[in-house]
Amino acid sequence: MSAAIATPEGQAARVWKRFRRHRLALAGALVVALLLASALFAPLLAPQDPTLLDTALRFRAPFTDWRFPLGTDELGRDTLSRLLHGGRVSLTVGLVAMVTTVMTGALIGIAAGYLGGIADTLLMRFVDTMLCFPQVFLLLVVAAFVPPTLLSISLVIGLTSWMEVSRIVRAEILHLKEQDFVAAARALGASRSRIMLRELLPNAAAPILVAATLKVASAVLMESYISYLGYGVQPPLASWGNMLTNAQGYFDTVPWLAILPGAAITLTVMGFNFLGDGLRDALDPRLRMDP
Amino acid sequence: MADALLKVTGLEVHFPIRSPFLRRRTGTVRAVDGVNLEVARGETLALVGESGCGKTTTGKAILRLIDPTGGSIRFRGEEIAHHTPRQLAPFRRRMQIVFQDPYASLNPRMTVGGILAAPFEIHRIGDAKDRPGRVAALLRTVGLPPEAARRYPHEFSGGQRQRIGIARALALQPDLVIGDEPVSALDVSIQAQIINLMRRLQAELGLAYIMISHNLAVVSHVADRVAVMYLGRVVETAPREALFFDARHPYTQALLSAVPEPVPGGRRTRRVPQGDVPSPAHPPLGCHFHPRCPHAMPVCSQEAPASRIVSPGHAVACHLVPA
Ligand SMILES: Nc1ncnc2c1ncn2[C@@H]1O[C@H](COP(=O)(O)OP(=O)(O)O)[C@@H](O)[C@H]1O
Ligand code: SF4
Ligand SMILES: [Mg+2]
Repeated sequence: MSAAIATPEGQAARVWKRFRRHRLALAGALVVALLLASALFAPLLAPQDPTLLDTALRFRAPFTDWRFPLGTDELGRDTLSRLLHGGRVSLTVGLVAMVTTVMTGALIGIAAGYLGGIADTLLMRFVDTMLCFPQVFLLLVVAAFVPPTLLSISLVIGLTSWMEVSRIVRAEILHLKEQDFVAAARALGASRSRIMLRELLPNAAAPILVAATLKVASAVLMESYISYLGYGVQPPLASWGNMLTNAQGYFDTVPWLAILPGAAITLTVMGFNFLGDGLRDALDPRLRMDP
Repeated sequence: MADALLKVTGLEVHFPIRSPFLRRRTGTVRAVDGVNLEVARGETLALVGESGCGKTTTGKAILRLIDPTGGSIRFRGEEIAHHTPRQLAPFRRRMQIVFQDPYASLNPRMTVGGILAAPFEIHRIGDAKDRPGRVAALLRTVGLPPEAARRYPHEFSGGQRQRIGIARALALQPDLVIGDEPVSALDVSIQAQIINLMRRLQAELGLAYIMISHNLAVVSHVADRVAVMYLGRVVETAPREALFFDARHPYTQALLSAVPEPVPGGRRTRRVPQGDVPSPAHPPLGCHFHPRCPHAMPVCSQEAPASRIVSPGHAVACHLVPA
């Protein structure tokens, strides 16, 4: 008795259809794509060396000299080149922090949700404790012990912001683990790690993907906060955060030095947030993530 | 029964009821409250009872998917009620389950090939090279084309999914398969196909089944023996003919009278049970059936009736049956 196989439209096609209807999400995706491309090709796109000083050329205004399309800063460095290279640094921090956050949050969330009992209680108490402290405070405490490098900053941001991801993933796992496909895996004798990683994790992909997108935005923002407090990416390496920080002394006289990196950060945060919202609606209209 | 494959004695599964506030224990759901069952090699035992009486919980406890809070589960002569996961590993190959809901029982993010290869991966049977062949053979056994392996569960109908679930249950060549209402979620037109498939496989592979159902009519022609369950307890167990023609428990009699198609020659006394099924959180004292029983006597609300043998293989738990 061979049965014909029904072929309803694929899941991916349905997700894309819902995503396409979301105008802001499409715009977000475009912005994100452009930002990533410009970061990737920064060395090719930048007209100047971003670290080249020339004090004779300080504080050039944007659109006044074709060699410095967006002007120069207090040390005569080309702002456009610094924005492109700084974007590379800021987005790297954002992506590495996001990967750290999502991996930590997903593993802790899955373990707490699936194992339950004592493990769940301990892990969630740990989450609650971490959440008692503002992230900036945690960051500054760690920064006092760890010298700020690109990698350490990214990891520290990632390791202080996974808590809400773990809560989202845990909630999803609590729902999933009651389903019979998990009971089927247990009846076959599957190990707990196989059930968590092979059966449950792929089913939690949607909320994890949404959280990941939103986390890139918050990590970029966090990098600029801590730059402002002096613990961010260290000069001469440019990041949007330290460009903004350097600009604070000249804000009333040379405002574009702050406005340009500020706009880049805003654009990035908005782009990733719209993309994340669109993914959430397209993947699962029920999903909601608290800020 | 000399060669019992499975012997369940006094099985209990009590779930705590916790208050949402501080999660204090405020009560107990006696989902399974002293179940006795036996299954011989190659036979089909039907486990029948109204929705909520504890059939699924019984099945899952036998498979050790839910921890029993009491009683004994002997499988192939070995007590497994308290086995650790490691000790259970060899038993996992010998007992399997087909679930009621063909949608929730297959992982939506795995291909059918992945789902059917899992049993071999978990038990390290064969190697990666010969798994596609094994999967194709399983699919053929349940009447699906080998191309099905590349597809995802949502691309299949309910009946096809149930075939996949059956294939997974058979992958490790078990001795016992628990079918938890395997056709109740399917179209009536498909139900017979799946039942026939399961019967054919039983004949070919020498499987024993526990067929769970809330409908006596559905199991009437597949079962060798029938166990009738009410509110966490088995009230009557009998060979099929004896159950249909010589039911002794008032609850079994009531169920039979509610079967729309009378069994030919069967007794047909219109006695649909009165009232609602009580909650297993507050089961009645004594015989759980006494608030609905037309024959209830004073002793029924005080003492739980013991199971008594009325003829070979026919046991009844009712005070009406003399000791
Ligand atoms: N995990 C659980 N926690 C608390 N109560 C449960 C749980 N699982 C089942 N129950 C209760 O146990 C009783 C029996 O359920 P079940 O075994 O699913 O019955 P059936 O399969 O016969 O319909 C029901 O009252 C159900 O609400
Ligand atoms: S024990 Fe009493 S109440 Fe229970 S079924 Fe028998 S007669 Fe009815
Ligand atoms: Mg059930």
